[in-house]
Amino acid sequence: MSSVLYDVPGPKARRVSLIGSIIGVIVIGGLLVLAVMTLAQQGIFDANRWAVFQIPDVWKLIAAGIGATLAAAAVSAVIAFPLGLLLCLMRISDNAWIRVPTRIVLEFLRGMPVVLMMLFVLLVFATSSFIAVVAGLVLYNSAIFAEIIRAGIQSLPKGQREAGMAIGLTSFQSRLIIELPQAIRRMLPSLVAQLVVLLKDTSLGYIVAYGELLRAVQVMADFLGPQYLFPVFFVAAAIYIAIDLAVSRLAIWLERRGSKRAAGGVAHVPVAGIPAAGPPSV
Amino acid sequence: MDVIIENLPQYWDGFLRTLFLSGVSGIIALVVGTVLAAARVSPVAALRGFSMVYVEIVRNTPLTIAFFFAAVVLPRVGITFQQFEVAAIIALSVYTSAFIAEAVRSGVNSVPVGQAEAARSIGMKFSQVLSLIILPQALRTVIPPLINILIALVKNSSVAGAFYVLELFGNGKQLANANGDAVVWVLVGVAFFYLLITIPLGYLANVVERKVAIAR
Repeated sequence: MSSVLYDVPGPKARRVSLIGSIIGVIVIGGLLVLAVMTLAQQGIFDANRWAVFQIPDVWKLIAAGIGATLAAAAVSAVIAFPLGLLLCLMRISDNAWIRVPTRIVLEFLRGMPVVLMMLFVLLVFATSSFIAVVAGLVLYNSAIFAEIIRAGIQSLPKGQREAGMAIGLTSFQSRLIIELPQAIRRMLPSLVAQLVVLLKDTSLGYIVAYGELLRAVQVMADFLGPQYLFPVFFVAAAIYIAIDLAVSRLAIWLERRGSKRAAGGVAHVPVAGIPAAGPPSV
Repeated sequence: MDVIIENLPQYWDGFLRTLFLSGVSGIIALVVGTVLAAARVSPVAALRGFSMVYVEIVRNTPLTIAFFFAAVVLPRVGITFQQFEVAAIIALSVYTSAFIAEAVRSGVNSVPVGQAEAARSIGMKFSQVLSLIILPQALRTVIPPLINILIALVKNSSVAGAFYVLELFGNGKQLANANGDAVVWVLVGVAFFYLLITIPLGYLANVVERKVAIAR
């Protein structure tokens, strides 16, 4: 335990730190106990409330909710990534007639709440809520993917493009064959981190009445009675957080692996609104 | 188009409430986030552990779950609020503070090692090193990412509209229900007001980023 911010603690400092730690643990533990006791007074921990998980249909509904969450995330990711590539290529096109309008569209998409886009698609095109959720996620995330890949291309050494042009590739060929593959590889951690955001954002489907995990909780609480809201919510939230934690761990692992193996490593240039690598953005 | 002009007062009302929600949550989150970041680099192990666990869990929690917890679950277990705005502010500031803590921590790590070494060599304590030397420099380099987090906060505040708060998105939903024939324009109006906040903030982040880049 050493840090540049403080000296290696001596016996006295270690004692103070230990006492501080113990007090901290007691305070945090006390708060937790207080919370648990408040909940217990509400009868949250009565066995019959948790007995709800013995009903197979509850697990079926939770499973259906997880399935719906993952389906929306998977479909959106599969559509958003190629679309993001395309938008990126248009954003850095040599032709101003393509570049400038794309830039405006990207700014527009990035400045917009995802849930507003979902509601727009739902109401204006009168689609199913699944399509609304996917459309909202695709529009927003393809814009972010485009910006991430663009940052990756800009972080490449200039010589890559120059060499491509020198051997007679067209500008577009050089982008496609030389620059894109390297850029994607460099930005892999950021791309995976954005996938975590996408996965998290599927929960916005709750607002447009898409039957994802949170909506399933609401349905169960309405159906079984409000006293079961807390147990069901607790389990569903734990599942949601566990899935997200797993994917963001993957992003961190990719970053570590990338910085060891990939030629030139993964990029650590922060993009506006996008952290350099690893942790999910907001 | 007329529908926007006719309902301008309601838009304006929602716009102000969005600004209010984002402003209050932003300030709370900045303070809590900075404290969490300081705890994360502190010599006391319990503080480090708490900060790490908090950030890791909150950052991987979908915002809708945080809102659902504050607005639906908490009242059900006996913690009620006079106004739904309070629940929204709790959810938003808890969520945002984790991202701010992460950003500030990366700023702390970006301050050259020599700064802390020099501060310690002239006999400063940890609290002095952090508050007088490291944090002022760290906060400066993290201003652009912080602005980006605040932009995200403004956009995230739209989730409050689904949890009984009549801010921009909530008002937009109401207007869309009331004006079934002009839904497109109603929502374009909502989008316009969001862009009114997010695009200037985005430009601000870019400008600051360029200034800071020159300074270093």
